[in-house]
Amino acid sequence: MLRVAFHAELNRLQADVAQLGMMVKTAIRKAVVALQDRNLDAAREVLADDQLINDKRFRLEHDILVLIATQQPLASDLRNLAAMLEIITELERMGDYGKGISKINLMLGQQYLIKPLVDIPKMADIALDMLASSLEAFAALDVEAAKRIPLMDDQVDELYNQVYRDLIERVIKNPDHMEQANMLMWVAHNLERAGDRAVNICERIIFVVEGRMTEFDAGHAAQPPSGSN
Amino acid sequence: MSAKFAVRDLDVFYGRKQALRKVSLEIPEHQITALIGPSGCGKSSFLRCLNRMNDTIPNSRITGQAFLDERDIYGTDMDVVELRRRVGMVFQRPNPFPQSIYDNVAFGPRVLGARQFGRLDEVVETSLRGASLWDEVKDVLHHNALSLSLGQQQRLCIARVIAVRPEVILMDEPASALDPIATLKIEDLMHALVEDYTIIIVTHNMQQAARVSEQTAFFMVDDDQVGVLVEYGPTREIFTHPRDARTEGYVTGRFG
Repeated sequence: MLRVAFHAELNRLQADVAQLGMMVKTAIRKAVVALQDRNLDAAREVLADDQLINDKRFRLEHDILVLIATQQPLASDLRNLAAMLEIITELERMGDYGKGISKINLMLGQQYLIKPLVDIPKMADIALDMLASSLEAFAALDVEAAKRIPLMDDQVDELYNQVYRDLIERVIKNPDHMEQANMLMWVAHNLERAGDRAVNICERIIFVVEGRMTEFDAGHAAQPPSGSN
Repeated sequence: MSAKFAVRDLDVFYGRKQALRKVSLEIPEHQITALIGPSGCGKSSFLRCLNRMNDTIPNSRITGQAFLDERDIYGTDMDVVELRRRVGMVFQRPNPFPQSIYDNVAFGPRVLGARQFGRLDEVVETSLRGASLWDEVKDVLHHNALSLSLGQQQRLCIARVIAVRPEVILMDEPASALDPIATLKIEDLMHALVEDYTIIIVTHNMQQAARVSEQTAFFMVDDDQVGVLVEYGPTREIFTHPRDARTEGYVTGRFG
């Protein structure tokens, strides 16, 4: 085995990407629980912690670029580092969804919720499960898992539609609920996007292992990207 | 894309030692093809088969076939002097003759009969321009070639090769003795030369192969310590997504 120092650094970066992912997972979880509990202090903590996520992402990006510049990685090592650059961007944006949910929580302030939250926590459970599984699959470069995880996104999308129908119904019954329903819709939207980004991570895992770009369509069968756009 | 060289089932032996086994590949015209692989994998042996430089090694023997423009390189009707004019070679260490810069470039045309190459002054100027050296040496053409820097000497050797109007330039680690700037000048020169010539380069520097070549062939030794061609394909594939696990191991530094 040659290039011991290089591969040690590559492994460290991979572990750091996983750690960033866990920070994001914690943030989204905390944001959703805080919304359920109407806990504004916890929401403020999520907002403050988002800076840590951003800082870690930029530090990782810097370290990845330094490794590329100094070690000239090739083949699967190069694909791995290119994938990491993409994945940390996905993770940082997912962190922003936690922040977004917390901001909505603070905007709601002392208001009571117009309905108990049922589907939104379910969406969070599945999206975060997808995130955790995709991080595990990335660590293990498990291409089978990476092809399986996107199937879970259908449930997130279904719940998203359910939340939408539910909130519309309530607004029709009581138009005063319009503003809060709109905010809760944004919460659901953030979680739906979080699921999509976990799917993007899976696409990158497939790229690292197989060297080809795939895109999961709405039905989530793996497909090569169309060349027309 | 037409093949300049077509090689089929090439075996190379030095005495009883087999250096290469069953190498088959086609090398496209007007492209740069890089040969990479660990020391002793037979890549230089392969290169030297293409202009029969191996003939000069006692007890060397080849079987299989090698064609240049569909003509059998080892055929009985092949004029080896003419073959080596058409397929020139640049070596690892610059090896100018201890003569003037001018005489170095004029050497080939003089030996082969200067008339067919045109006026000697013109040949020398055109060749030195072709090797990106003219502006640096035009006022000192009659100085000794050994007064030049190593990088300049290597470009002089390239000028000496192109003075006899070859079709192919074989380069055996042409930049390994040079500093990084001189190396980049040689690489820039290769990009310019490929318009007119087919270039095949042996290099230990994978980044150099990645930078300069369109095609890359990866050689290594098999369990019997005989060189084999493991993988051959577009350079961008070899360095981003090789098909063979041995190529992957070599380019990522995971075996050695």
